This record gives sequence, C-alpha cells and structure tokens, in this order.
Amino acid sequence: MAEKGTQTESELKTRLSLPSPRSHISRLGLPAVIVLAVVFPLFAGDYWIDVAVFWGIYVLLGLSLNIIVGEVGLFNMGHAAFFAIGSYTTAILSEQLGLSLWLLLPLSGLAAGVAGYVLARPILHLRGDYLLIVTIGLNEIVRITLLNNPWGLTGGPNGIIMLDQFRIFGYAIQRPIDFYYLVWALVAITVFVLVRLQRSRIGRCWNYVREDEIAAQAMGIDTRWAKLVAFTLGAGIAGATGTVFAAKLVVISPESFNFMESVILFCIVILGGMGSIPGVILGSAGMMVLPELLRNFAQYRMLFFGLALVLMMIFRPQGLWPSKRWTTILREGEGK
Amino acid sequence: MCRSGTDKVLPAFPIAQLICCIGLSPRTDSMALFIEQLVNGLTVGAVYSLVALGYTMVYGVMRMINFAHGDFFMIGSYLGFTLISSALIGGAIPLWLALVVLVVLAMIGVGLLGIIVERAAYRPLRKSSRLTAVVSAIGVSIFLQNAVMLIWGPRYRAYPPWAVPNIIWQVGDIYINLMQILILAVSFVLMIALYFFVQHTTVGAAIRATAIDHDAARLMGIDVDQIIRLIFLIGPALGAAAGVLLGLYYRQIHFTVGWTYGLKAFTAAIMGGIGNIPGAMVGGLLLGILEMLGAGYVSSAWKDVFVFIILILLLIFRPTGLLGERIAEKV
Repeated sequence: MAEKGTQTESELKTRLSLPSPRSHISRLGLPAVIVLAVVFPLFAGDYWIDVAVFWGIYVLLGLSLNIIVGEVGLFNMGHAAFFAIGSYTTAILSEQLGLSLWLLLPLSGLAAGVAGYVLARPILHLRGDYLLIVTIGLNEIVRITLLNNPWGLTGGPNGIIMLDQFRIFGYAIQRPIDFYYLVWALVAITVFVLVRLQRSRIGRCWNYVREDEIAAQAMGIDTRWAKLVAFTLGAGIAGATGTVFAAKLVVISPESFNFMESVILFCIVILGGMGSIPGVILGSAGMMVLPELLRNFAQYRMLFFGLALVLMMIFRPQGLWPSKRWTTILREGEGK
Repeated sequence: MCRSGTDKVLPAFPIAQLICCIGLSPRTDSMALFIEQLVNGLTVGAVYSLVALGYTMVYGVMRMINFAHGDFFMIGSYLGFTLISSALIGGAIPLWLALVVLVVLAMIGVGLLGIIVERAAYRPLRKSSRLTAVVSAIGVSIFLQNAVMLIWGPRYRAYPPWAVPNIIWQVGDIYINLMQILILAVSFVLMIALYFFVQHTTVGAAIRATAIDHDAARLMGIDVDQIIRLIFLIGPALGAAAGVLLGLYYRQIHFTVGWTYGLKAFTAAIMGGIGNIPGAMVGGLLLGILEMLGAGYVSSAWKDVFVFIILILLLIFRPTGLLGERIAEKV
C-alpha cells in the first residue's frame, strides 16, 4: 500500500552517524544550564520551585519511558502502572516496616523492575499497536487492583498517607527547595547513566532493534533479551521515581496513576522526540511547566494539547528535539 | 488508615472467591440468577458489538486502531442527552417515534463528526507509520473529551427517567425490562442491516475490495477515499446509536466513559478477529455475557479486570480472534 520511502545518501549518513560525544551543547551550554539550575531556587518563589520539582519528576518518568518507547520502539502506554507499583511499594513498606526512604528508593525500583520483567516477558513478541493495547490493559488492571484494596494494603480509593520523609542525618527533606535539589540531582544522575548507556553496546542494540528487528536478529542480537532489559530498566527507574513522588505528595491514591497519566508520559516522549534525552526534558516542560504559565486558560489546556498532538504528527513527527540517531521509524515505521 | 480484618480479605482476593463460588456458593444453584445475568450480558454485549463494529471496520479498511472511537460513542450519548432534554419528547409525537428520531439524529451528527475527524486528523497521515496515526488518534480523543467537558460540563449528566417507561416483565423467575428489549432490538436491526449492506450491495462489495487491497480496488475503479469516508460515517454512527442506548439504559453519562467502553469494545473486536464484521458482533455479545457472569458470580468490583485479562490473554495466545480463520474474510 504505502510506498517504501526512498532513502537519499545524506539520509543514510545521518542514520549511521552516532552522536558526537562533545557537541556544542556539552562544551558551552551544559555548564551554563547547571549553574542556572543550581541558582534558580535561590531566587524563585516556592510556587515555581514546586513546579520545577514536578517537572523534574516527570523528566525522570519520561526518561524511563524513553528507554522503552524511544530507544527500543516498544509502544508502552501503561507506564503509570510501574510508577504506581513503585509509589505503593514505598508507601506500604514505609508504613508497615518503617524502612528508610533511602533504602526504599532502590527497593521500589527493584519491585517495579521485577514487575516490569514479569509482565513484559509474555507480551514482548506483540506487534506495535497490539502491545500498546496490552499495556493499556495492564495499567487498568493495576489501577483497579489498587482501588479494590487487596488484603487491606492499598487503602482503596482513599490511598495511603506517607508519614516518613527523606532524611539526611536527621534533617527531613520537606521544603520545596530541598525537594528541588533532590529531584534534579536524581535527574542529573539518571541522565548521566542513560547517556552512557545510549553509547554503549546495549544502547546500540536497542536502536538496531527499533530500526529493524529482523536485521538485528540476523546480526546475532538477542532481540528478546534487549527488549526485556529495556523494559525492566524503564520500569525500575519509574518505580524509583515513585518513591520521590510518594514523599513529595504525602498522599498517594489510585487516581494518580490512571490511564491519562500514561498518555501524558507517552506524549512527553513523542513530543520531545523518540530516543532523545534533551527532547524528554523539553517535552516534560511542555507538559508540566507550560500549563502553569498559561494558568488562565487552564480549562482549555487539554483541548489544546490534543490539538497539538494531531498537528505535531502531521507537521513535525520527529519531535521537538529529535535525537541525532533519530531515523526513519516515524516516516517509514514498521507498517507493511 | 483503613485496615480490614480477615473477613474482608476473602472478597478482595478474586481467585479465592472464584474457587468459593464454583465450589460452595449456594447461588450457583439458582438458575434464575444465571439467566438474568445472561440477559444483562446480552444487553451490554449488544452495545459492545455496535461499538466494536466501528473498530473492526476501520481496522479492516485502514489497518489502524481508531483510538478516538470510544469518544464517538460518548459524544453520541451526550447528543442523545441534549436532544432528549430538548422539546423533542414533549408528547407532540409518539414516544417510540421520538426515540427513533433521537437515535437517528445522534447517528447523523456523530457520523458527520467522524468524517470531519478522518479528513482533518487521519487522512494527512495515511502514508505514515502506525505510530503517527495512533498518536494522532489519541490527540483526537483527548480533544473530543475536553471539548465535551467544556460544552456539557465536567459533572455526570443523567438522562431523564421518563424517557423510556420502566416496564418490567416477569418470565418465570426472571425479570426483563423494556429498555433491555429495546437495546437488543435496535442493535440487532442495525447489525443485520449492516451485514446485509456489506455482503449484498455493490457499495458493500467495494468496501470489501478496499479492505483486501487498496491499490487493486483503485484499479477496479473504486474511489478509495470515498470508501474510507463512508467507513468513518458508518462506524461512528453505530457508536453513537450505542451511546444513546447505553445512556437510556444506565442513565448516567460522563465524558470519560468513552475510553472504558472503547477498550471493552476493542476487546470484543479482537475476540471476534479484528477486521471481521460478524466476528465483532459475536465478540461483543460474548464479552458482555462473560463480563456479567463474572460480575454476578465473582465480584462486580473486579469485572473490568476480567475483561482486560481476557483481552491480554487473547492478544498473547490468539491474536486472530476466537472465531479464527474460518470466517477470516476481512472487512
């Protein structure tokens, strides 16, 4: 039906080139951005610091989903489920066993990662849009399960109140500014790790699987393994983010993890540009910060957002800040 | 913090409960409950079938999951709500005629909306990948939901109780109400009409040809754009009819129900083998029955979970649908 896109030579070159380790941004822009990020909360009011905290949380979530959707090209639209598993693991264990949040951060990540591994294993062979539907189903199953209060653990629709906070030698991280530094430090660590991963062997495997699964298999890549690693890692990071989210929000309830949340995360990755780390940061700014700037039009926000998605797909399908390695998937796709 | 004792552990745990119901529950003896749930299941199932037809037809012709389809259904029920609350049913014309006019008007309105959406959001992307079309469809869905929220308000809306007289018949131990009969009648008429249209008319043959191969169909002189437009008229129109019927049945409507019903109807479409028109009809009825039996015998709080588990298992083990290749002709 659709004609195969013909590739020009230059297109092919872009396709093969890897991002150069020292681009303009990292030489000049990066230090400036870091200084700005450190100084910002000293001048901003609590309200805007809070906005930045949520932005950071969504950057973390977007980055975790970007591994699955962006790097490997698996359409996961149930990412809020893993985020939920992480948040609830934190809240339940903190309440029942009184564990420290520093311990719960990796534990929640582990729990969500294991859940990601177990849930993804049987469904990874599914094609694009079928996988999308299954992950939506998983998201709903997790949400309804939380709502139905199994074994009296999740508190049903009211959720759980988190009493504990992150503590550094007895100092509780409670003020917006403390959270700001905590969240963005985590973002910095995650970005660092993910950039390294992108350039590593597994990162290249992921992109290969995304571009052409059969060719990747023919080259001896265990595509199933590559996909599973991505899914587990993505779910794990989302789960660990859940700890920070629970600590920040104090009350967590199933409605924070509904299907719309997954759609927002998916759109962050798509809007920013699949597989692009700066794209995710920009995309989450578009989703979290822009609406705050346009508060007067709050009720029209989702309306415009829906419209923007359609227009983006028509006029700029590669995203706001496409990854250098971004290639033909959106133009050619894995259609027939 | 709400903490329940041991007695509450069992109801919250579906498998234990399932075992109890199959093995011990006295309710299983009662035939009446079974048949009543069967009738309830057929009623919602008929609604799912109507919505599933929209998914299956669009998929058959365009190989695309129209994520906004559930919202056409939802808009149908809102249109019905507005029409019914207006002067339409004031006694000027007989009630049954008013209801027919109501359903037809909602179908026309949503059908036109479907054509507009196709033109604006899907046609420019017809040559691009699956992902772009999916994201665009999600964008349309978010847009429509919020447009409805802005127009009709964010709260639940309720159909007036006098719209359909609450007549209940007792057959043996079973109670059946007028609305259930109406839903079954209207949806079966629509489905039979659609089946006849697709299988026994020239335009229907053109639709089937387009579903098999766009280029070959074009060579046979079929205007493929026109066919796709037609699909986007019929699918949403059937969804709108389902929306009005469900609004009359459950009375309460909300702008977010599109997603839930959309997902369930999609499950039904997969069940029958996506792209397969009779399959969608059977799949919808089957899903409705399974859901209501699950709600009746296990727990209604978990009924959506059953549906999604069925969906996932189907996609993993039998993505071609339960009916399989036997009637695999795709439309």
